[in-house]
Amino acid sequence: MQNNDSYQERSKRFFTLQQTPDLFAPATEEDKAQQVLTKPSVSFFKDAMARLRRNKLAMLCLGIIIVIALVAFIAPIIYPYSYTKQDVTAQYLKPFEYSAKEQAKIAKGENIFPHIMGTDNLGRDYAIRVIYGTRISLMVGFIAAVIVVIIGIIYGSISGYFGGKVDLIMMRIVDIIYSLPDVLIVILLSVAIKDIVSQSKNELVIKLGAGMISIFIVFGLLYWVGMARQVRGQILSIKEQEFVLAARASGAGARRIIFKHLVPNCISVIIITAAMQIPSAIFTESFLSFMGMGVSIPMPSLGSLASDARIGLVSHPFLLIFPALTIFLIVLSFNLLGNGLRDAFDPKLRN
Amino acid sequence: MSSRFLLYLLKRFGMAIFTIFLVIALTFFIMHAIPASPFSAEKALNDATIRALEAKYGFDKPVIVQFFNYLGNLFHLDFGLSTAWVGKTVSELIGDAFGYSATIGLSAAIIALTLGVVLGAFAALTRGRWPDKIIQVVTTALVSMPSFVVATLFLLIFALRLRWFPTMGSQPGGLVLPIISLSLYPMAYTTRLERSAMLDVLGQDYVRTARAKGLPRPKIIYKHALKNALGPVVTYAGPMMAYILTGSMVVENIFAVPGLGRLFVNSMMRTDYMMIMGVTIFLATLIISLNLLSDILYKLLDPRIDLR
Repeated sequence: MQNNDSYQERSKRFFTLQQTPDLFAPATEEDKAQQVLTKPSVSFFKDAMARLRRNKLAMLCLGIIIVIALVAFIAPIIYPYSYTKQDVTAQYLKPFEYSAKEQAKIAKGENIFPHIMGTDNLGRDYAIRVIYGTRISLMVGFIAAVIVVIIGIIYGSISGYFGGKVDLIMMRIVDIIYSLPDVLIVILLSVAIKDIVSQSKNELVIKLGAGMISIFIVFGLLYWVGMARQVRGQILSIKEQEFVLAARASGAGARRIIFKHLVPNCISVIIITAAMQIPSAIFTESFLSFMGMGVSIPMPSLGSLASDARIGLVSHPFLLIFPALTIFLIVLSFNLLGNGLRDAFDPKLRN
Repeated sequence: MSSRFLLYLLKRFGMAIFTIFLVIALTFFIMHAIPASPFSAEKALNDATIRALEAKYGFDKPVIVQFFNYLGNLFHLDFGLSTAWVGKTVSELIGDAFGYSATIGLSAAIIALTLGVVLGAFAALTRGRWPDKIIQVVTTALVSMPSFVVATLFLLIFALRLRWFPTMGSQPGGLVLPIISLSLYPMAYTTRLERSAMLDVLGQDYVRTARAKGLPRPKIIYKHALKNALGPVVTYAGPMMAYILTGSMVVENIFAVPGLGRLFVNSMMRTDYMMIMGVTIFLATLIISLNLLSDILYKLLDPRIDLR
């Protein structure tokens, strides 16, 4: 039977005009094996993630961020001290030092958890305060990223997709928002809503404080413009491609084209811009807390801890160094991870 | 100057003025949305006194009338009367404080830009070798440190421990630490911008041509490469001033400099609404104008940019 001809032999005869019936015979198992891809197809996203995984520094930073986040969210549950508990007998303890009362307890054979970072001027355990501050910083960074991504994508994609007059007006608005001094507006807003917040009965509102609420309002109002610009630029450059035309020809509406076809192609720009936005959000929050306009006391933030540490700075430099080091580590890790993401998702930019 | 450039200038000026107007309106209406009267923070005053005070400051009129009065007064730089510093106008207080902030801000900006460009260009020229690596590590660390952390650390190390500089900004030499701590972040950022811009330019054909025709290396660098690698730095100059001016608020408080930032924070503590509005509008106008300036400068430097 001619059916057992191998694939190669038959393809050699391909260009001859001899059309034998065996050319139309069903494919054998061997033939089918030729069609199987030797490697799975790699999507752009997977490819970029593989590139990111090869970047040791970025992976280290990702690891640090995960560890910090885990500590910040799990430690408060199991930690024996609370961030509000004051103890006048344990003021200004050095790291791993015990107060006289605690030493007496230890002498009696009790187990006392050490103050890893010492205590502050009111005898509160400092480590748990730094951990709570870290939690605030991470939350602000995360929420900022979410707000920026949602508003930025919607605004940028509408502007880029519809183009023309719509684009012109929408981008003028972006230009104006871009030149507004954001920090000044956060400060102004937090001054303005302080009264409203202090009279509020909502527990969450009181806990967050005027500063935090105004930070989130300002993120929602002003911070997304960078993302909107990036997304718009990307969409402008891909919306003329054939697959968009094909989608339109098969009757897809604007919303479907934007969210099914255009936005997924902006993923690298979105990831890079969001990653770059996180450190700047964390900076803004700590800056405001340092000025006394962030979270409301007794809730600590890394900024307010650093600010409080100025009292008795010479004799107790640890109170400054711990929050300063923490904020440095967080922002540095996010910055380096952001660089790694940029290199992975946009290899052209690398130099 | 082409007519297209004039048109561009006109458009940008119009937009800047509109933005400033927006800031004024925003500031005014946010501050007037506060239910409490500016005098309720003071010691218990009777109603008649509060009403008399409100009449004196014009707070008894409808908000819209107050707004247009305020806007009209702004045209001759009248920001109204301070409610916390009795007998002083907001303009006087801003005028007294601005000298310090301007000195700090300008010095920090000059240090950041010159050092940033020099270090960035140097890093690009020594790409991949140790000077580049050191500069990269240091600048990466510096852009991860907020100015208030740097300032407090400097206060601890150089003023309190080593006693090289005074702790108070008003003493002689007292502005050195505030200036340095404010300039580090923008300096590092400028360095990174300049480095990547320079690397980009050095890979261009015209630089290769210059090298091929035997131009000496310094001439290539100064005449051809550096000049063309300044664009991103110039556009960053505007946002940088915004960073320095707002960062100055915190740094002035750390070093007790009697500048605008300290005035602003004090007026917030004392809920002096006229002061808060005045300083916000003043700083915002300054920032928007500097942004405009750096944009126009960028267009002047690089005529290839399309003027839209």
